[in-house]
Amino acid sequence: MSTYTQPDQTGHFGAYGGRFVPETLMAAITELEEVYEQSKKDPEFQKQLNYYLTQYIGRETPLYFSENLTKLAGGADIYLKREDLNHTGAHKINNTIGQALLTQKMGKKKVIAETGAGQHGVATATVCALLKLECIIFMGEEDIRRQKLNVFRMELLGAKVISVSQGSGTLKDAVNEALRYWVANVEDTHYIMGSVLGPHPFPVIVRDFQSVIGKETKRQYSEVVHALPDAIVACIGGGSNAMGMFYPFIEDETVKLYGVEAAGHGLDTPLHASSLTKGKPGVLHGAFMYVLQNEDGQIQEAHSISAGLDYPGVGPEHSFLKDTNRVTYTSVTDQEALEALVLLSKEEGIIPALESSHAISYGLKLAKEMEKGTGLVICLSGRGDKDVETVQSILGGSEHE
Amino acid sequence: MNKLTKALQECESRGEKAFIPYIMAGDGGLERLKSQLIFLEKSGATAVELGIPFSDPVADGPVIQQAGIRSLENGTTLKDILKKVTEIKGDVNIPIILMGYANSIMAYGLKEFTEDCLQAGIAGCIIPDLPIEEEAVFSTIKTAGIVLIRLVTLTSSRERITQITAGAEGFIYAVTVKGITGTRDAFGGELGGYLKQVKDLSPVPVLAGFGISTPDHVRNTVQSCDGVIVGSKIIECFEAGKENQISELIQASKELVQK
Repeated sequence: MSTYTQPDQTGHFGAYGGRFVPETLMAAITELEEVYEQSKKDPEFQKQLNYYLTQYIGRETPLYFSENLTKLAGGADIYLKREDLNHTGAHKINNTIGQALLTQKMGKKKVIAETGAGQHGVATATVCALLKLECIIFMGEEDIRRQKLNVFRMELLGAKVISVSQGSGTLKDAVNEALRYWVANVEDTHYIMGSVLGPHPFPVIVRDFQSVIGKETKRQYSEVVHALPDAIVACIGGGSNAMGMFYPFIEDETVKLYGVEAAGHGLDTPLHASSLTKGKPGVLHGAFMYVLQNEDGQIQEAHSISAGLDYPGVGPEHSFLKDTNRVTYTSVTDQEALEALVLLSKEEGIIPALESSHAISYGLKLAKEMEKGTGLVICLSGRGDKDVETVQSILGGSEHE
Repeated sequence: MNKLTKALQECESRGEKAFIPYIMAGDGGLERLKSQLIFLEKSGATAVELGIPFSDPVADGPVIQQAGIRSLENGTTLKDILKKVTEIKGDVNIPIILMGYANSIMAYGLKEFTEDCLQAGIAGCIIPDLPIEEEAVFSTIKTAGIVLIRLVTLTSSRERITQITAGAEGFIYAVTVKGITGTRDAFGGELGGYLKQVKDLSPVPVLAGFGISTPDHVRNTVQSCDGVIVGSKIIECFEAGKENQISELIQASKELVQK
C-alpha cells in the first residue's frame, strides 16, 4: 500500500462513511470539522491535549512484554498495550478528553453522549466534570438495569443519565435518542460520539484522538525490538481502540493487522455482533458501513457478553479496510472471551475487560501459529473490574472454602 | 410532467395553499391504505406522504416512532408497500410521495426501488437522512423522473439554502423547528422570516412541516409559504378515529386564499 489518505474531502472511505444525517445537523458537523481542522494546527490546543493526556489520564501507557503468555503460546513474543491503565480504565478517555476540549473551543457548554455498558458514559462524564461542561448521557433502559454501578458512577461525576425506552432499549436506541436530542439542541450542545462511527468528521476525529495508542506502540516497540511488530490484534465493537491502534501502522505493509469482532453464541446463531462477517453495507447513525440488518433493511440487534462490543455496525474505515483486505477481520465467541479473561487473570495478574478478552483470545491463537522470535502486540483496551459481576454470575463465583 | 409538480402548480393556479398529510404505511395494516388515501384525497389533500417504517428513525418524534413500530409489528416491508400501492393505483388519484430513511431504500437496491416506484406511480421521495452531499448515490430515482424532495432547516445558512434550492425538484420541505417530528404548542418567532427567505430563494413551492398540529398553526404558517405538511397529528387522528379533525386541518389551509 502506498500513502494512505482516507477519507477523501467529503468524508468517504472508499464507498463508506459520509454524512447521512438530517439537514438540521449539517451546520453543526460542518462547524465541528472546521474547528477540528484548526485545532490540529493549533499548538496551544495540542499542548493542552498533551497536558491532560499525561497529567490527568496517565499516558503514556506501557507496552508490556507478557512473558507468561509468550511461554504459554510458544510462538511469537506477546506484548500488551496497556490501555487498561488509563484513568477510568480504558482507551475511551483518549477520545472524550479531545472532544471535550473541542467543545470548549466551539464555545459550547453542554455535552451529550450515548453509552452501552457505561464506559464511554463514564469517560465523558469524567472529562465534563474536569472541564466544567454540562453532561447528559443517553443509556438504554435495559443497559441501565444491567449496569447500575456505572449509572451511579456517572451521576457521582455530575452527569444526568437519561433512560431510553424506545426500540430495544439498548445502545443503538441510545444513539438514536442522543441524535434526536442533538437535532433539537444543536446550537449549544456537542455530541461526543464514543467510537469511530457516525457522520463525518466523527470517524476521523475519534480515530485521530485514539491513534495515540498506535503511535506510542510503534515507538515503544521499536525502542525494545528495533523493528516493527509482525502482527497486531485489537477487538472491535464500533472499532475505536482498533482504529487508533491500526492507523499509525496502515502504511507498514509488513505488519499484519487483525480485528476481532464478537461472535457471541456463535456466527451460526442470531446472537452475535459480527457486523463485518455477517452484516452487509447500509446506513446507520449517519454513516454507510457494514451493518447487521434483515432483507428489508431493518437494523438487527447485536449480542455479545461484552456490552462494549454489542453494536450492530462497525465504523466506515474498518468497512473500507475489510474490503481492501488491509486488515483481517475475525471473531471470538463469548465462551472463548471468558476463557481468555480467566487465563490472563491467572497468568499475568491482569483482569482484562471482556471486550479486550476477545483480542487476547485471538492473539493467543495467532501467537501459537507464529514463528519464535516474531512479535505480536495485543491491544488491552480496558480493565475488567466492571465485568467482575458478569463473570461471577456465569462462572458461579465463590470457589473458596 | 411529474404528477406532484403538476398538482402543486394546479394548486397555485387556483390560488390555494397545498396540504400534504403524512401517514405511516402499514400502521393499522396495509389493507387500510386504500381507504385512508381515498379519504385524504376527498378531504382536499394535495398529495400524500407515505412513511416507510424503519427500525431506527432518528428524525422522528414519539408519535411517528410508535406508528413505525406498530407497522413493523404488522410485518410491513417496503416490498409490500410498493406492491399495495401498485395494486390500488387505479383508485387513487392524488400524488404519493414516499418518505423513508436511506437504509430502507439502499437495502431494497436503488435500481429495483426505482423500477418498482415507477410501476406503483410514486411521484416523489423524501429521505430525511440524506443531505445534498450524499444525493449522488440516489440519482437513479431522479433520472427516472421521480422527484427527490430536499429539506432546508432553521440551521441552514443562507448560502446553504441557496445551494439546496438551486437544484430543487417538486417542492422544498422547510423544517419549521429545531428538532424532530411531533406536535408542538408554539413555534419560534423567527419562523415567518425564515420561510420568506426560503421562498425568495426557491424556484419551486415551499412547504413547511414538523410540529404543525392545529388549524391555527396551519393558518399562520401558510401565510409565509406555499403549503404545509402535517404528520404526527394526522397519525394521531387516524389512530383515535377522529377523521373529522383531519378534514378541519386540511380546510384551514384553504381559508387564507381567495379572500
